[in-house]
Amino acid sequence: MSESRYYSIREAEKVFDKQSLSEVAKEREKWEKTTVPSWIRRNPEKKNAFKTTSGITIKRLYTPEGIKNLDYLRDLGFPGQFPFTRGLHATMYRGRLWTMRQFSGFATAEETNRRFKYLLKEGETGLSVAFDYPTIMGRDSDDPVSRGEVGMCGVAVSSLKDMEILFDGIPLDKVTTSMTINGPAAILLAMYIAIGDKQGVPREKLGGTTQNDMLKEFYAQKLCIFPPKPSVKLVIDIIEYCAKHLPMWNPVSISGYHIREAGSNAVQELAFTLADGITYVESTLERGLKVDDFAPRLSFFFAAHNNFFEEIAKFRAARRLWAKIMKDRFKAKDPRSLWMRMHVQTSGCTLTAHQPVNNLVRVAFQSLAAVLGGTQSLHTNSFDEALALPSEEAVTAALRTQQIIAHESGVVDTVDALAGSYCVEALTNEMEEKAMEYINKIDDMGGVIPAIENGFLQKEIADSAYKYQQEIDNKERILVGVNDYTVEEDWVPLKLLRITPDVEAEQLAKLLKMKRERNNAKVKETLDKLHDAADRDENLMPPIIEAVKAYATLGEITNVLRSAFGEYKELIVI
Amino acid sequence: MSSERRIRVVVAKPGLDSHDRGAKIVARAFRDAGMEVIYTGLRQTPEQIVETALQEDVDVIALSILSGAHLALFPRIMELLKKRGLDDVLVFAGGIIPKEDIPHLKKIGLAEVFGPGTPTDILVKFVRENVHKRK
Repeated sequence: MSESRYYSIREAEKVFDKQSLSEVAKEREKWEKTTVPSWIRRNPEKKNAFKTTSGITIKRLYTPEGIKNLDYLRDLGFPGQFPFTRGLHATMYRGRLWTMRQFSGFATAEETNRRFKYLLKEGETGLSVAFDYPTIMGRDSDDPVSRGEVGMCGVAVSSLKDMEILFDGIPLDKVTTSMTINGPAAILLAMYIAIGDKQGVPREKLGGTTQNDMLKEFYAQKLCIFPPKPSVKLVIDIIEYCAKHLPMWNPVSISGYHIREAGSNAVQELAFTLADGITYVESTLERGLKVDDFAPRLSFFFAAHNNFFEEIAKFRAARRLWAKIMKDRFKAKDPRSLWMRMHVQTSGCTLTAHQPVNNLVRVAFQSLAAVLGGTQSLHTNSFDEALALPSEEAVTAALRTQQIIAHESGVVDTVDALAGSYCVEALTNEMEEKAMEYINKIDDMGGVIPAIENGFLQKEIADSAYKYQQEIDNKERILVGVNDYTVEEDWVPLKLLRITPDVEAEQLAKLLKMKRERNNAKVKETLDKLHDAADRDENLMPPIIEAVKAYATLGEITNVLRSAFGEYKELIVI
Repeated sequence: MSSERRIRVVVAKPGLDSHDRGAKIVARAFRDAGMEVIYTGLRQTPEQIVETALQEDVDVIALSILSGAHLALFPRIMELLKKRGLDDVLVFAGGIIPKEDIPHLKKIGLAEVFGPGTPTDILVKFVRENVHKRK
C-alpha cells in the first residue's frame, strides 16, 4: 500500500477491540438482511450509487468497521500535536478565530483602498488584494494588450505610485496582507516592502502572503509569463529572501484552489497541491537552505466546494499528510515545519448566475465546512460573483456569513467536533490514501514539472471538468436553479458592480504623469543592474526592490526578466 | 459547400483572463457531437483569432471571455472578419457578459451570447441550427 512510504512506525493501538467489532459486524449483517430491505421495498433509494465529486462511493451507513484500523494517537492525536489531524493549535477557535480575509480589488487604487477600509471597519481581520489581469501578466496599464482590461477584474498596479495609494492610511504593522500574484510576485512584494520602509515598519514586522505558486499556474490557473524553470527560480528567490529578511511573511501560498476551479475533483486538488509543495521544498533545499529555516513559513490555499463531508475530510487529510511528508520525507525537526497553515476560499465555480440569492446558502455551507475542517483564514464569496465583481452589499453579506458562524453557530466552541465520526474519519483516510496514490504517480514521472510537460496534470483536470459538466447536463447532478427548480426570470436584489471605461483613462493619465516626474536615468540604472543580476543568476529580490523604489514600472521590470528568461508558450491540452 | 462536410468550429479565448474551463468543455462537447474543433489557447488577440478562422476555414467562431473586456475586443473581431470576407461565419460568445451589453453585441453581428450554466447540448443544437443559415 502506498501509504507505507510515509507512515511513521508505531505499533497500532486500535480504537475498537476485535470482540466488539465482530459483534457490530454480525448485527450490521442482520440489519442489512432485515430492517433495510423491508424499508427499501417501500422507499427505494434515489440512486444506485452515491458518489462524491472525486468518485468516492459514499456508503449507506458508516460503522466502526470502516475505521477498524484507526489508532487514535497515531492517526488523530491532539490538536497542536503531530499529525495535526485535529487542528494546528491546541484550543483552535476558542482562543483565536480564523482570519476573515476578503479577496478584493477593482478599478483604481483609490477605489480599492476605500473598499479595504470599509471591510476593515465592518470587521474583516486581514487584507487580500485582487490585481487586474494586466498586472497579473506583468503588463502596465498603458501596454497595448491591456486595452479594455484595466481595473476590470482587480485593481491596476503599474508602479509603486499605485501601491502607495492602495495602502494609503493602512498601517502595515497592524494588518496582514495577502497578495494574489504569481509571475510578478517579486515585484509586488518589493512594492509592499517599499511601502513598509516608507511607513517606518521594520521588515521583520511585515506580515502577509504572496501567492507566488507558479507550478499550479502552468496546469491550472494558467497565468504564466516565464517558462517553468526560471519561474520556479523566482519562487525560490522569494522563499530565500523571506527566510533571511521577512520572518513573518509567507513567501508562497501553495494553492489547490485554482486546481479545483479549473475543474479537478477534491482528491486531485489535494494531491496536486501537496505535489507542488514537495517540489518547492526540494527546490529550496537545492538552493542550500535547511528545511527548518523555511518550511514553517510555507502556507496553503484550498477551495471549499459543495460536498460537505468530503471537503471536511480533505482539510483534515491535508494537514495529516503534509505533517507526515515533512517529518518522514524531509526530516523536518521544528514542529512548525510540520504545520499546514491554510487559507480557504469558498468555491467560485459552484456559484450560479441563475437565482443568485441561492449562492448565499451555498457559501454558508462551504464556509462551515472550512471552519469544521480547521482553516486558519477564510474568504467567503459574494452571492453576485457569477455575474460581476462583488458589490458592497454582497461582500458585506459574505463577511457577515463568517461572523455568524463565528458568533452564533456554536461550532467554534469545541475543537474538531467531527473527529470520531465513522463517516468523516473513513473519508479522511480515503482522501489521504487516494491523494498519496497520485503523489506516488507524479513522483514516478519525475515530479511536477515533467507531469506538466507531458500534459498529465492538464489532462486529469480537463477530464474531471468535462465529467462534472456531463453529470450536470444529464441531471445525474442536480444544481438548484440551473438544471432543476428553474424559474423564468432570475431575481437579482441589488445593483451589480460595473467598471466603467473612465477607470482606464484615469489610470493611463496617472501613469503618464508618474513617468514624467520620475528620474529616468535612475530607472535605467536600476533596470540595468537587475539585468546583470539575472545574468549572474543571483537572488533578484534586492535589485527588484531597488528598481521599484526608483519607480520603474511593473511592465519595465517584467520586460527585463522576459529578456533574461524568455516567455512561456502555452501547452494546449483539451 | 457539400452537406457531407463536418462543421468546423474554432473555440477562441480573447482577452487576458485564463478561465479556460468553459472553453475546453465546449470544445470537447462540439468534438463529441462530431464537429471539427480547433481550440486556440489563451490570450488570443482579435487579429490572431481571425487569422486562425481564415487559415482553418471554419464555419463557426465560439468566443469565451470572462475578463470583462468584451466591449473592447469583440467589435474589433467583427470588424476584422468583415474585412477578411468572413462575414458568413457564425459567431457567438459565452462567459461573464452583463445582460445589458448583449443588445449591442448582437447589433455588431454576434448571433448569440450564452451565460454561465448553459447546458452543452443547447450549444450544439444552436450551432447545428444556425451554421448554414447565413450563407
